[in-house]
Amino acid sequence: MKLQKNTLYALYGILDSASRPDEQMPTGEIAKTYGVSPHHLAKVLRALVRAGLVESVRGVGGGYRFTGNARRLTLLEVIELFERVGAGDHGVPARRRGRRAEVERALGTVFAEIDEMSRATLRSISIATMLKLIERQRPA
Amino acid sequence: MSERRKTPPGDAGVRVRNVQAGDLEAVIAIDAEVTRLRKPDYWAEIHRRYGSGRRQQRFFLVAEAGDGIAGYVIGEVRDWEFGSPRCGWVFAISVRPGARLAGVGSRLLEAICAGFRGLGVTKVRTLLARDNHLVLSFFRSQGMMAAPFIPLELDLGQA
Ligand SMILES: CC(C)(COP(=O)(O)OP(=O)(O)OC[C@H]1O[C@@H](n2cnc3c(N)ncnc32)[C@H](O)[C@@H]1OP(=O)(O)O)[C@@H](O)C(=O)NCCC(=O)NCCS
Repeated sequence: MKLQKNTLYALYGILDSASRPDEQMPTGEIAKTYGVSPHHLAKVLRALVRAGLVESVRGVGGGYRFTGNARRLTLLEVIELFERVGAGDHGVPARRRGRRAEVERALGTVFAEIDEMSRATLRSISIATMLKLIERQRPA
Repeated sequence: MSERRKTPPGDAGVRVRNVQAGDLEAVIAIDAEVTRLRKPDYWAEIHRRYGSGRRQQRFFLVAEAGDGIAGYVIGEVRDWEFGSPRCGWVFAISVRPGARLAGVGSRLLEAICAGFRGLGVTKVRTLLARDNHLVLSFFRSQGMMAAPFIPLELDLGQA
């Protein structure tokens, strides 16, 4: 699965801020950690503010702070602020006849299966669960 | 995390043990509260097959809290199913709605996993409906990941 840049940056921002719920992180610092453009990241973080997932704390020592509920917010919800998962409309209208429609309908059935699995997976993983996964995979 | 648990989980409040015949009514009531169906016959059968101590690699455990049975978990060790080595299967876990989000589910899963480990098993699996967000999120929070299987089904039509 390949995510758009905005979506990936949003996940960086959310996972980073949620791992330090009591601190605010300056955009520049997050950008440096993940090797991304601060300008682009700032735009994404503003979208997360509008979605109510982070807040921006102004002034010296300011930055972004996680305000969502890490135990309830799922990967799917964050991703779908930026792009649809399984966006392909695989349905072929029943009125369409002919070989092409038949082939497309059968392919569509398989692609829809894959999309359903992706959505179910992303919906079952909360930000808190992701933070635990990061910890677990950290080399000893 | 900034949000706190309603009740701290811990040994003080909850005790997980093997089911006893006298727990069955409470188990039936929890199941009925969750599924809206009372199934005494079904539970008597499950108790007969899984409840008689940890024999035959089978587990039926209950969590006892201050005010009675708060939940249960059922599972077993299965050998060489679908060509895979022995592994533990959890096929039911349920916590009374009023007792949720206090760590009871985690304690039940921990206890059955300890039982599996005691039998030399190093993997635990379960199978859920794709749209069962609640239980999927629970198992995910406990560190479970997708297994290397794909469940399949076929409509057999009318006989
Ligand atoms: C799934 C279930 C067993 C969890 O029991 P529980 O005692 O509430 O679980 P815990 O308190 O140990 O929760 C552990 C984790 O699961 C996850 N979780 C539990 N309930 C959740 C919910 N409503 N939404 C999202 N995640 C949830 C959380 O990550 C939680 O960790 P946290 O408390 O740190 O956030 C319980 O909700 C239940 O019985 N559900 C119905 C089960 C059912 O339908 N059974 C019949 C078929 S098997």
